[in-house]
Amino acid sequence: MFLEALEKVLADHATSAAIRAVEAGGPPDALWQPIEQAGFLDLLLPEAQGGAALPLADLFPILECLGRHAMPLPVGQSIVARALLGDGAALPPGLVTIGLQLQRLAGGALRCPQVPGGGLAGHVLVADGESLLLLDAAQARRVPVGDPRNQTADLEWSATPPVMQLSTGGQHLAPFAAAVMAAQLSGAMQRCFDMALDQCNTRVQFGKSIGKFQALQQQLSMMAEHVLAAAIAAEAAFRADGAVPSALAAAVAKSRTSEAVVLVAATAHAVHGAIGMTDEYDLGLVTRRLHDWRLAYGAEHVWNLRIGHQLLDSPQSLADFVQAV
Amino acid sequence: MSSLLSQLRLAALPPAAMALRAEIKAFLAEALDPAPPHVRARSWMGFDAAFSRRLAARGWVGVTLPAAYGGANIDAFSRYVLVEELLAAGAPVSAHWIADRQSGPLILKFGTEAQKAFYLPRICRAEAFFCIGMSEPGAGSDLASVGTRARPNDGGWLLNGQKIWTTNAHHCQYMIALVRSSGEKEDRQAGLSQFIIDLSLPGVTVRPIRDLSGDAHFSEVFFDNVQLAPDALVGQEGSGWAQVNAELAFERSGPERIYSSIVLLELWIRMLRESAEGRSHAATVGRLAAHLATLRNMSITVTARLARGESPVVEAALIKDLGTEFEQSIPQCIEATLGAGSGSDTEAELYRTLAYVSLLAPSYSLRGGTREILRGMIARGLGLR
Repeated sequence: MFLEALEKVLADHATSAAIRAVEAGGPPDALWQPIEQAGFLDLLLPEAQGGAALPLADLFPILECLGRHAMPLPVGQSIVARALLGDGAALPPGLVTIGLQLQRLAGGALRCPQVPGGGLAGHVLVADGESLLLLDAAQARRVPVGDPRNQTADLEWSATPPVMQLSTGGQHLAPFAAAVMAAQLSGAMQRCFDMALDQCNTRVQFGKSIGKFQALQQQLSMMAEHVLAAAIAAEAAFRADGAVPSALAAAVAKSRTSEAVVLVAATAHAVHGAIGMTDEYDLGLVTRRLHDWRLAYGAEHVWNLRIGHQLLDSPQSLADFVQAV
Repeated sequence: MSSLLSQLRLAALPPAAMALRAEIKAFLAEALDPAPPHVRARSWMGFDAAFSRRLAARGWVGVTLPAAYGGANIDAFSRYVLVEELLAAGAPVSAHWIADRQSGPLILKFGTEAQKAFYLPRICRAEAFFCIGMSEPGAGSDLASVGTRARPNDGGWLLNGQKIWTTNAHHCQYMIALVRSSGEKEDRQAGLSQFIIDLSLPGVTVRPIRDLSGDAHFSEVFFDNVQLAPDALVGQEGSGWAQVNAELAFERSGPERIYSSIVLLELWIRMLRESAEGRSHAATVGRLAAHLATLRNMSITVTARLARGESPVVEAALIKDLGTEFEQSIPQCIEATLGAGSGSDTEAELYRTLAYVSLLAPSYSLRGGTREILRGMIARGLGLR
């Protein structure tokens, strides 16, 4: 039900022109407001607070859908932030993103490096140990990181009191952020795959569609394998009993989806040839998002290290260890 | 989204299957003779008839077959857990492996009542071991070009020809072979049938072939005017190709396409835990764990479709290709870290185990359908051919 509704909103409003306008630094309102007004940001909140009390597992297809549409705004983070803060009504309006690293500098200054969506979000939710802090991003100096179209930024405050503060929930922020990105990556990789398959079926060379050539068939098969592995890994992060993803499943999800980006993006571009290298064609928009989200909240090496240390610290066999995912 | 991909949504093991795990672990702790990792690494290539009979006595051979034939009548998920635990322990399951996974279910599905009554209880008691006669010297990936021939005669069928690369033929009582029973080679898939061949019959010669690791796990099998009874035919004459394909989803999506190098990997993890420098490989270990966890969830997802009576042949091909690539990457990853160690006892055993697995690993993407054939099947599933 929610998925169909979101699909319709995004089909109407998340056009590539609208996405490119946001990437170019234009106001996000035209893209953001229909999503906010339809109530998608409160999906996880209890019904008493005007939410939809959506189970965690049902959030997964919503996030995949955002990924398929190459959503340039931190919509997934906003949904999660509102749920973690527990009372969406008390939240200031507007975009909320998530930052995983909080640096305390001399003189009370604060710094959040490499915040996805940090270039345009109104607020950023960060963990400070067990605590959660909501900081006013409008007060921060924003320094774009990487391609400015991705809207990832370092945020720096000379000194800022948190807009909201919770003494618990900090430990859930990283798994949630990783799971959100994994789901969006899965959706974006499916979009990439569909574009590559379509190109194989429609582009004609040597008198036949290029998908008839065995070399490309083998590449598309491998691409399908990695897209599917990514989808299953991402979905597994959303089947926890409780309201938050399990830390191990989220780590596996972010690792596996991020790793899949390499082959998926490369194959999509190989299949498309020169047209995929143009600014005008949408493939670049999607693969740019893939690389951006691969890095967001840590690429695969970052998560592999955590998984590896957890395994090496554990007395369990690997076979038993992976059953928890 | 391609329908092939959108049909596979995550599935979980049901509680009944999960509950079986502790029982299996307890059984293995008692029934499995202690063996060093380089022996346990043989896993589903490790032949031990006595172990298979111990497992059968516990009721765990022919597990999906009905109780009326001596089976445990458990579902595909419970079999998944059983197989997973057997492979993780490096149990020598090769003797009953094919009968449990394929031959028993095939006879149950396509056999006559008399065939079921004869073979299935023997499979469940681990008295009848089966091999699969597919490849021939001239028919490997191009399986439809098999030339072994069964001609109808007064006594039933007269069999002539040759099979090769038949795993365990020299240990088994029976082979289920795909042979031509009507038509000509040009008819391809038409005119092929499956026969149950008693390997003790006159005219059958089995010659083990030594493999590159020094083991002899496969054989060549010659048929010289072997007289088969009429009831050697299993299923319909001429339907062999369709019957073989019905088995493929079972053959290609199980834990054995993920766990073939697990004993080696567990040993390496043990070594890393013992050594001061072990932590420097945390990212490599973490990556392998992430892949294993994901492949396992993919395999369970296909098992769920099998349990619903579907035949997800393309999805199974996809998992086998990805799973065997993972299995093959394990000895590669471990080899990449070695050669300047301390010479500990664990390390010496790791070398022995690695030596075997590295040599065997190329077979992972040959047995049960080569990588290139599988990718062709996936491409067909995607509508590209």
